[in-house]
Amino acid sequence: MIALSDFLILGAIMFCLGVAGIYINRKNLIILMMSLELMLLAVNMNFVAFSHYLGDVAGQIFVFFILTVAAAEAAIGLAILVVLFRNRQTINVGELDSLKG
Amino acid sequence: MSLMLNDFLPAAPEIFLLSMTCLILLVDVYVPERYRLVTYQLSQASLVVTAILVMLLYPAESVLTFSDSFVLDRMGSVLKVFVLLMTYFAFFYSKEYLRARNLFKGEFYLLGLFAVLGMMVLISGHSFLTLYLGLELLSLALYALVALHRDSIVASEAAMKYFILAALASGILLYGISLLYGATGTLDIGELRSAIGAEGEGRNIVLMLGLVFVVVGIAFKLGAVPFHMWVPDLYQGAPTPVTLFVGTAPKLAGFAMLMRFLVDGMVGLRGDWSDMLILLAILSLAVGNVVAIAQTNLKRMLGYSTIAHMGYMFLGLIAGTAAGYAASMFYIIVYALMAMGGFGMIILLSRAGFESDRLDDFRGLNERSPWYAFLMLILMLSMGGLPPFLGFWAKWSVLRELVAVDMVWLAVVSVVFSLIGLFYYIRIVRLMYFEKPTDHSAVAAPADMRVMISTNALAILALGLYPGALMALCISAFAI
Repeated sequence: MIALSDFLILGAIMFCLGVAGIYINRKNLIILMMSLELMLLAVNMNFVAFSHYLGDVAGQIFVFFILTVAAAEAAIGLAILVVLFRNRQTINVGELDSLKG
Repeated sequence: MSLMLNDFLPAAPEIFLLSMTCLILLVDVYVPERYRLVTYQLSQASLVVTAILVMLLYPAESVLTFSDSFVLDRMGSVLKVFVLLMTYFAFFYSKEYLRARNLFKGEFYLLGLFAVLGMMVLISGHSFLTLYLGLELLSLALYALVALHRDSIVASEAAMKYFILAALASGILLYGISLLYGATGTLDIGELRSAIGAEGEGRNIVLMLGLVFVVVGIAFKLGAVPFHMWVPDLYQGAPTPVTLFVGTAPKLAGFAMLMRFLVDGMVGLRGDWSDMLILLAILSLAVGNVVAIAQTNLKRMLGYSTIAHMGYMFLGLIAGTAAGYAASMFYIIVYALMAMGGFGMIILLSRAGFESDRLDDFRGLNERSPWYAFLMLILMLSMGGLPPFLGFWAKWSVLRELVAVDMVWLAVVSVVFSLIGLFYYIRIVRLMYFEKPTDHSAVAAPADMRVMISTNALAILALGLYPGALMALCISAFAI
């Protein structure tokens, strides 16, 4: 039997990987977006685990909404990425420096 | 449990706005380019009718519907009316700007309307699910709005930065929500409140972790230091009408989100979250007011000023009384009115190919147009918090509530920072009145725009002379 805490630790590790990916990564915006998705998947893992162990279905329903919104968010993010690439010819995070002050 | 017609009634304004938005979406596809004004007029009409519906449904007491996931209460109704009012002004101010730059398309208004719908759902959210969906509907529309000017390098860069950090904030907020759900076994705000207990008896480590993540997520969304990195970039990079829109109405929705999560849901943990808010408030006041001095771009400077104003807004919540919440609400409404005027002035003075967003563009404005210089004077001194303008009463009311709960030291700290902040507002006044203009062209703006911006600025002066009515409205929103 897998304990609830095992799921939560896995979720926490995935979430930390996602956050670390956003802060450490200074190269590629696509990888940044993958890190964002990883964070949301960690949240989903938490919700499903809690929902199962609490015997309450609401958490699993929340997961469906998160998945849907994450898909919409990724679509908008990639659209902005295309616009940015057309204007700057780069998706390198370090080169996004025209706004500073 | 079956839904009756009565269950839908509290959400009538939202349902109406959604139907109208979908209708306008269809109309916009079919009208030819030269009748684009139809989209604009329909959008404005829907906003007005929605505001009337909200006022007609102004409740005597809170009404819950949709299995308790949607709440109609006085605080929400007041905030919704102001959200709709600000959006109306934002659409109005942006019309000529967008026309001059060939951006006058239906997308701006449709995305704006969807964002308004998101804000209204967020304001009325009474379960984590509705709060999350409202927040995302708002955010997704705003990402696209910021990138609206797609040939602009700075706009696309601002949109990317905003997207990454706002999506990160959503992730953090959601992680917090998942922990709260795990600790209490409910998604409902009311049940969360009873699970925690009046004095936080149900406190445990998972709950506290969840609280920390939720506060960080909300602080990111509101742009409080140390989670403010996106604010100045967004304010500077986005087209001015979008900055105007992002900088006004969503702040009210952000305040509502703060109230729903922390006060409605977790009032039992007030001692814990008010410590976090104290830290956020002091950092925001310090960074916002000090860094703004170094700016040469007015939009960026107003971005830092927003950060500082968020700090003041937290002060009322830290006081933690009903009067304190009312003072915070008063503050955020007043701030949004002032920001609307400030960005409206930038739009008014700009023309195709000239953004008028540098401080130098305001040099000698008094010689070019004394009236606009006077309006800008009102707006800047009000933001700086000088009497008799409205901004003074906003600061005075949050500080009074702080002193009432014996937090004099925090009140003193915020007064010191607001004196520092006064410097950069007065610098603009000095530029306008005591420097020679470099650009001698007269200010050309359409008559309706002149009337609206004058109304906006004079309202701040008039309400500053008689602040009682607006303050009473905010207090009545929290009276049980």
